[in-house]
Amino acid sequence: MDTPALVRAPISAAVPLVKVEGVRHTYRHGDAGELLVLDDIYLTLNDNEIVALLGRSGCGKSTLMRIIAGLMPPTSGTVTIAGEQVAGPASQVAMVFQSFALFPWLTVLENVEIGLEAQGIAPEQRKKRALAAIDLIGLDGYESAYPKELSGGMRQRVGLARALVVNPKVLLMDEPFSTLDVLTAETLRTDLLDLWCEGRMPISSILTVTHDIEEAVLMCGRILVFSSNPGRIVSEIKVDFPQPRSRLDPKFRQLVDDIYSLMTARPVGKPTREGMFPGTGIAMVLPRVSPNVLSGLMETVAAEPYNGRADLPALATSLQMEIDDLFPAADTLQLFRFAEVAEGDIRLTEAGKRFVQSDLDQRKRLFAQYLLTYVPLAGHIKRVLDERAAHRAPASRFRDELEDYIPEESAEQTLRAIISWARYGEAFAYDEDSGVFSLENPA
Amino acid sequence: MTLSGPDKSDGAVPLGLGPRGLLPNIYDVVIFVLMAGAFVLLAHGAREMGAPLAKLDVAPVTLDPANLPEYALRTTLRMFAAILVSLLFTLVVGTLAAKSRKAELIVVPALDILQSVPILGFLTFTVIFFLRLFPGSQLGAECAAIFAIFTSQAWNMTFSYYQSLRAIPSDLDEMTRHFRLSSWLRFLRLELPFSAPGLIWNTMMSMSGGWFFVVASEAIAVGDARVNLPGIGSWLALAIERRDIAAVALAVAVMGIVILAYDQLIFRPIVAWADKFRFEQTAAQQRPRSWVLDLMRRSRMIKRIFVPLAGLVTRIWVVPRHVSSPHFRSMPPNLVRAGDIAWLAIVCVGTGIVLWLVVAYLRANLGRDDVVAAIGLGFLTLTRVMVLITVASLIWVPIGVWIGLRPWAAERAQPIAQFLAAFPANVLFPIAVVGIVSLKLNPNIWLSPLMVLGTQWYILFNVVAGASAFPTDLREASTIYRLRSWQWWRTVILPGIFPYYITGALTASGGSWNASIVAEVASWGDTKLEAAGLGAFIATATEAGDYPRVVLGVAVMSIFVVTINRLLWRRLYRLATRRYRIDL
Repeated sequence: MDTPALVRAPISAAVPLVKVEGVRHTYRHGDAGELLVLDDIYLTLNDNEIVALLGRSGCGKSTLMRIIAGLMPPTSGTVTIAGEQVAGPASQVAMVFQSFALFPWLTVLENVEIGLEAQGIAPEQRKKRALAAIDLIGLDGYESAYPKELSGGMRQRVGLARALVVNPKVLLMDEPFSTLDVLTAETLRTDLLDLWCEGRMPISSILTVTHDIEEAVLMCGRILVFSSNPGRIVSEIKVDFPQPRSRLDPKFRQLVDDIYSLMTARPVGKPTREGMFPGTGIAMVLPRVSPNVLSGLMETVAAEPYNGRADLPALATSLQMEIDDLFPAADTLQLFRFAEVAEGDIRLTEAGKRFVQSDLDQRKRLFAQYLLTYVPLAGHIKRVLDERAAHRAPASRFRDELEDYIPEESAEQTLRAIISWARYGEAFAYDEDSGVFSLENPA
Repeated sequence: MTLSGPDKSDGAVPLGLGPRGLLPNIYDVVIFVLMAGAFVLLAHGAREMGAPLAKLDVAPVTLDPANLPEYALRTTLRMFAAILVSLLFTLVVGTLAAKSRKAELIVVPALDILQSVPILGFLTFTVIFFLRLFPGSQLGAECAAIFAIFTSQAWNMTFSYYQSLRAIPSDLDEMTRHFRLSSWLRFLRLELPFSAPGLIWNTMMSMSGGWFFVVASEAIAVGDARVNLPGIGSWLALAIERRDIAAVALAVAVMGIVILAYDQLIFRPIVAWADKFRFEQTAAQQRPRSWVLDLMRRSRMIKRIFVPLAGLVTRIWVVPRHVSSPHFRSMPPNLVRAGDIAWLAIVCVGTGIVLWLVVAYLRANLGRDDVVAAIGLGFLTLTRVMVLITVASLIWVPIGVWIGLRPWAAERAQPIAQFLAAFPANVLFPIAVVGIVSLKLNPNIWLSPLMVLGTQWYILFNVVAGASAFPTDLREASTIYRLRSWQWWRTVILPGIFPYYITGALTASGGSWNASIVAEVASWGDTKLEAAGLGAFIATATEAGDYPRVVLGVAVMSIFVVTINRLLWRRLYRLATRRYRIDL
């Protein structure tokens, strides 16, 4: 009796496939206490759907993915898969990794077989099932190749075959296409959707993590939008356009626009968007955005065809920037009061317009002035330097101060951002060798 | 249509299984001859090792050249036995240190110290233990010799394995946990392959390090009785005693041949095969080649025997699903911290007790003058090591840079330099002694270069590696901007090779401390030359059986080496990785 190698087991529609209830997760970091990464997550994954977790990098979606897969326990809350509570690496799910996670010293076939080998399945059976999976995913002929010999897209196909071959109920994908170039990612996505629509994969549902809004709208039936700091589900969007979906479809574009608006919306009564920058006052965690990127962004928005007001999705597409690059830059401009971000649009303020029209020296002066006024940490450093007789202060003093409130890495990142901006504006100087801030210009 | 194994059902005959596929080809014959030869030698050696001790009295070690091949075989077998024991030790202790934080706390500092300090002095105790284990048979003495060699080999291998385990990329780690690999399968598929390049390199280095003590380990002294195991070490000891320079030269030649032989037949094929474990995601331009590996790959029958055998290995222990799913370790963080603190306290108390015992032992037998003398001698040896490393650097860095910047030269020079580093320089010491004695030179100055003789090659081939790895675009920029000699040296190439140089100098320095024990005292017949230093102190104390002085000497040397490591080399290394690493 020759059973087909990949089998989709029937699931009762009543029991949700994955149920996440009240999951909270915190990271402890040394003296600075706890950092809340995930706050009160409730989500359900039913049979026969593709769901995306959409949000910026660092909002905890990958952590949630790992909690669902059973790779780490949540600080509180439960995860149930097909009725069984998860208490360790779950057997009903299989994950595809962002960095492919292939063994470089095993061939494609051996890599795909690894899950079956771990389950103790006999070699002949393993090989048969693995060959079927490789065939399905379109890598026929590459069985004896090593990952070094493959391109990124092919490696991710191997990762996909490896996940499918163990017949999981749920396929978890952690930003599977983010390291691939645009064309390869598109090919892989359409192949995956083809297999899904034709029912040729053994899985019942897919849960995917992404930071690409268009990808989420292209692939999924439901999108869960995450906010950062802490990670929470802010809204759930149903997408019921039929497959195949086209990016040029007006309804598609409208939905993408709506999602941008949602992610940049300012809650009523709050001056800044929640989670724009974690932390407050001098302990605001700042992103490392180069002053060149900030100038370039302002110039682009000021020029044709936007003339000072740009639609964020359109800007992202034309600049080929993902939300992980665009949002930090836009938020930084908003912090400096050079621009305003709201309802999916970015609009230059008067100061921003003045910046664009000035020459380099004037730009630096403007930049420094607004840096010292609106970025609390920069103002604080300048005040300390002014007060001291020698106008010098070690960076470690500020680093220690920051580490009382935020984790070490964030403190380092924030300081680096301030140094880069202060150097551009010539607000104050920093000597890398000695680690000291000073008011002198390096000779 | 794929070109895979013999279970395609479409009726076509797969490659390799047709009527010609079952006949051996010429490569099979060659491999078979080599392997059969190896088995015969192994069996003969094993039988001899188990022979009774009395046989040694009947047929003692002589300087008859006809015996030399036999002696070479015995010595090589001992060294490989020691390597196997070292590998086993590495896999066990390295895994323990990487997986358990408590074990790590003890093991890592211990390895650090053991790597830096030779423990030849304590071998006499272990010899007694082994001889009592196998009374009347040579096996006891053999075990003692193997253990002696093992103590010089195991530490850097363990450290490398431990570091590799800690450096495993997190995505591979997550993936193996996600697919619920059992510990054995994880070891076989992830941990061992990932660590293989470092482990193989360190094994090769240990192998060459083992030769250093071959004389000391084969000529065993128990009280008044001496057991001279048949081997090149005993041959050398005898030749030195009898002032037979031709015999010394012969031994050196044979050692060269043996080293070349196992390098080509064993290590090169392993290195070439292990190229697939290199963890870079792009195929390399230059891959190591080995003619033995090529032979094996082209053979027909041998391959068909080996492939199923390899498959069996993975099936030794595959734990079924319900056993291998680990569960969350649910210990509250406070308890974990308390456990750590308790363990730290136990370790500190234990170390304190051991230290106190050592001090008490020393106090009982020696006075403060001895301690001061030992420390003074330590400074003397330190000065020697520093001066010599500097001199060696001044000579070899320019040459290394010259070679490294020219690929045709680098290709030829690297294997030679590695061979020289592998060759134990102490066998050349007797020749140096003859020179010093006949020219009536001051041993304090002229014995010193011997310390660096074997270790200076580490500086050379690291500098060559650094210069070859120097990015061409930086070189081109320096040419375009017409940087002239001294400026070029100072701002371009020296900073560029700095991390590599530091690695080489660190290894050379550690090796020189090790070498001081055999370099500061050199003998030729009944002439004994001695240079004032800590190495001489330890060597003379060992020979005289003066255990308190041995303990004192080794303790002082440990303190010196570990302190220098932390104060000087670690700092320089941190500087090298922070400022001078080229990360383009």
